[in-house]
Parts: sequence; C-alpha cells; structure tokens
Amino acid sequence: MQSIFYERARDVNHAIALASEPGAKFIGGGTNLLDLYKSGIEKPVHLVDVSRLSLAGIEELPNGGLRIGAMATNTAVGTDPLVRQRYRVLSEALLNGATTQLRNMATVGGNLLQRTRCYYFTDPAFTHCNKREPGSGCDALEGHQRIHAILGASPHCIATHPSDMAVALAALDAVVHLQGPNGERQVPLIDFHRLPEDHPEIDTVIQPGELITAVELPPMPFARQSHYLKVRDRASYAFALVSVAVALDLDGDTVRDARIALGGVAHKPWRAAEAEALLRGQAFSPELLARAGAAAVNGAQPYPGNAFKVDLARRAVVRALQTVIRKTGGQV
Amino acid sequence: MPQDEQGVMEQGAHATSSPYAPPQPLTLRINGAEHQLDIEPRVTLLDALREVLHLTGTKKGCDRGQCGACTVLVDGQRINSCLTLAVMHDGREITTVEGLGQQDQPHPMQQAFMDCDGFQCGYCTPGQVCSAVALLDEIKQRQASSVTEGEQLEPASLSEDEIRERMSGNLCRCGAYPNIVKAIHSVVLRQA
Repeated sequence: MQSIFYERARDVNHAIALASEPGAKFIGGGTNLLDLYKSGIEKPVHLVDVSRLSLAGIEELPNGGLRIGAMATNTAVGTDPLVRQRYRVLSEALLNGATTQLRNMATVGGNLLQRTRCYYFTDPAFTHCNKREPGSGCDALEGHQRIHAILGASPHCIATHPSDMAVALAALDAVVHLQGPNGERQVPLIDFHRLPEDHPEIDTVIQPGELITAVELPPMPFARQSHYLKVRDRASYAFALVSVAVALDLDGDTVRDARIALGGVAHKPWRAAEAEALLRGQAFSPELLARAGAAAVNGAQPYPGNAFKVDLARRAVVRALQTVIRKTGGQV
Repeated sequence: MPQDEQGVMEQGAHATSSPYAPPQPLTLRINGAEHQLDIEPRVTLLDALREVLHLTGTKKGCDRGQCGACTVLVDGQRINSCLTLAVMHDGREITTVEGLGQQDQPHPMQQAFMDCDGFQCGYCTPGQVCSAVALLDEIKQRQASSVTEGEQLEPASLSEDEIRERMSGNLCRCGAYPNIVKAIHSVVLRQA
C-alpha cells in the first residue's frame, strides 16, 4: 500500500482548495475508497477528510422537499422518520444496502461516487479492465456476467452501478448539488452518472476538485406510496441482481403518475420512462402492469451469463408496482 | 536508518513515485483512556488498535468490511475498524470489546453469549458482541431496519428476523447463528 498524506478540511472552501493537490481525493466514510486502496485500484496520494464538514443535516425545504447533506450517513437518512414517511422508497433502498456497520460510516456523497463491484474491476488479478486501465479491454465480456448490465452497456464495459440509494433518488427526481473551484452547480441525479460508451473509466460528470454538498428531493406527495424491491442472492448484505424503485400517484384504480427506476441493470440508475408513460392516466390491471414490466426492459441486450436478468427485471417491476398498489388498498 | 528512507524502501517494490507521508500526532480516546500517538495516515483504526496499542480483542478477519470481526463503537455507533483510518478518529470516543466488561464482571451481552453458547471458535465473538451492544442502543432509539414495517421500530415486539437482519454484518464461520440470535434476544427481552 502506497503512502498517503492526510488533511482534515475545516470547511467546504478549504476542502476544495486542498483538493487541487495532485492525486488528492476526498474521503467521507471511506468504506469503498479504502477497500479499493488496499487492492491498489484506488491510488490516492493526498486524502482530504470531508467527513466532519457541517454537511450532515437533513432539512425540510420551504417548498415541501428535502435537502440531504452530502455527509449524512446512510443510517441517518435511512432511519430518518421524515424520509420514511414521505420518501419511503429512499429509506427502503438505503436500509437494504450493506450492513449497519457500513451504513454508519457511508455517506450520501460517497454512496453516489462508489465504484462498480464488477469482479473484473475489483480484482487486479484480471488484467483487462477498461474502467481500471483504459484501453486494456474487458474480461467480463468473456467471463461470468451474473452481476453485469443488460441495458446501456458498451463493448468496452458492461459493469453496473452498485448503489441502491441512487436508484431511489433517480425515481424521486433528486438533484445533486456540487461546489468546486468554479462555484456551485446542480445536476439532476439521472444525469449525474454516465453510460460507459468509449470512456468507462469515467463514472460520473463530477469535475476535478468538485465536492458533492447535498442532494435535494423535490416535493412529491405521492412518494409516500413508494417501494424499493431488491432481488439478490442473499436475504441481507448482498448487492442487487436487479432492483426496482417505484412511486405511484393513484386515484382509485387510475394511475395519475408513476416513477420507476431500475438498479443492477446498467452503468447508472436506469429510469424506465417508457413504462411510466404507459401507466400514466390508465386504470391498473394485471395486463397493464405486465406491459409496463416489458417496457421497462425494452432494448435490453443481455450476455449469455445475465440473460436471466431480463425476465427478472420485468417481473420485479410488476411485483414492485403490485406492492405499492396493494399497500394503498388497491387490488391487482 | 532515518524514518523517511525506510518509507521509501518499503514502497520500492511498488515502483511508485508516491512520496512518503510521515506519522502524524493523534489522540485516540479508547475505553475511557487517552492515547497520544504518532501514526502514519495510511494506518487503519484496526491496525492502530492491534499493532500499536496491542488491544488485540478486536479481530482482523477479512480486512475488507465483509465479516464484521473488527467491529468497534465510535461515539456509540458500530463501525468496521478495518475500513477507516485511525487519523480520522482524532478525539472520538472509541469502545472496543476490552471496554465492555471485565473478566469478573462481563457485560450482560457477554454473559448472554456464554449462557446461550453463542460461539464455537470465538474468533468472530468480540465483533459479534460489540455489534450486539450497539444494536441494543439502536433499538432504544427505535431505528428502523429493512424488515421494519412502520416508520420506527416498536422495541417491545422485536422479532428474531429483526435481530438476524441487524446482525448481517457479522459472519460466524462456525455457524453459531441460532445461539447468537438467542443470546441477543434474551438481553433485548430483559431490557425491554
């Protein structure tokens, strides 16, 4: 393990100034960064500790939305009574991820910036990984593809984004707040993560020296009727094979509005806009939900090792929709 | 040999140009005692506890946050000490298994693990016990888990499913899980 310099940031401006050092990286919870550091995959020269910045608050906004500080831990957000009441899907996503020990350390900002758990990326014994070493190839293409992407992949990378939280945030129209050397800016969560295309080594649109300061949730009254369904190989402490975040605005048996996002299927949280459009204004029925499920995986391009995920994702969408409808007293 | 030369030699095998970051002064408050240390920033809290302070009750299993053997409490919250740097915990209140009870006066959770036979080889036990002690506090605070139905936990009706879910970050390769759950449940019921 290479040597690392360490400095604790006093405030956001100090953090951004320190981040201009060559090889600098922010550290929040450190759960992913230090894991990858031990494998020699992340090679920070200078760690800027942002974990004690005053960015851990969870505040109600005047418009009825919620501002979640980037240093709020997964535990703090997942167990927050207001989050559980108004944005249930976000709490469920967070509490279904990792373990209490990890959730107590992991932060919202770090969660968004965590790297893929593709085995060929996390194990340096594999020499071909375009995400680790641009231009080296992709061992997953001929390897075990159980956890890999079925949507939006490129011939250079079929890795998936591992975050549960980000899938819920995608469904909730969340906005990421950034601050960097050139000031502040906001990026919709759905545009924050990238598809791999020709540059799988770049996960997100964040720029050098930029710090995530907060994530804002717009008011969405119907997000009380929401659910996160995580399908995985173990009942607890496993990454999603497929996951679905759903929020439904129901008026009797009519779907006024819908939000659907999928996890475990792409290099980024996957918003199923076509499925949402198909539900909007329609009376729910088993046939309608089945069509929405099919629309959610439209365009899927599976590999031999993950072809099962197309059906799994389709059915998971149906199940998640059923769960929300039944929780609100509907029958389907 | 001067310190910095040693550092350069240590990392020579990696053929990296990364310069050597020397030890930094640091105060760790562990089990109520204050320790003034000089530690390299790259040293994890786990390695500082075991290798520098010789508090070897905290175990190194996977060293990757997967097994929970290294679980300690920081300001009352359980964390994996292998995935955090010692230097990040300057001034924080750290509790290890050595701080929970004494040989002749074990913590109620330690006593329950003995009474319920909640272990075989014992390697995961300090982590299990630390985790379970933190769990008691999380229950008092009514923290929800992924299997909690309502907005907050109803401590009076804590199920074994709740305990299993909340302990999923502590692996036991001997498979003592049924008795670990029993031990924790017995303490929860007594404290309810």
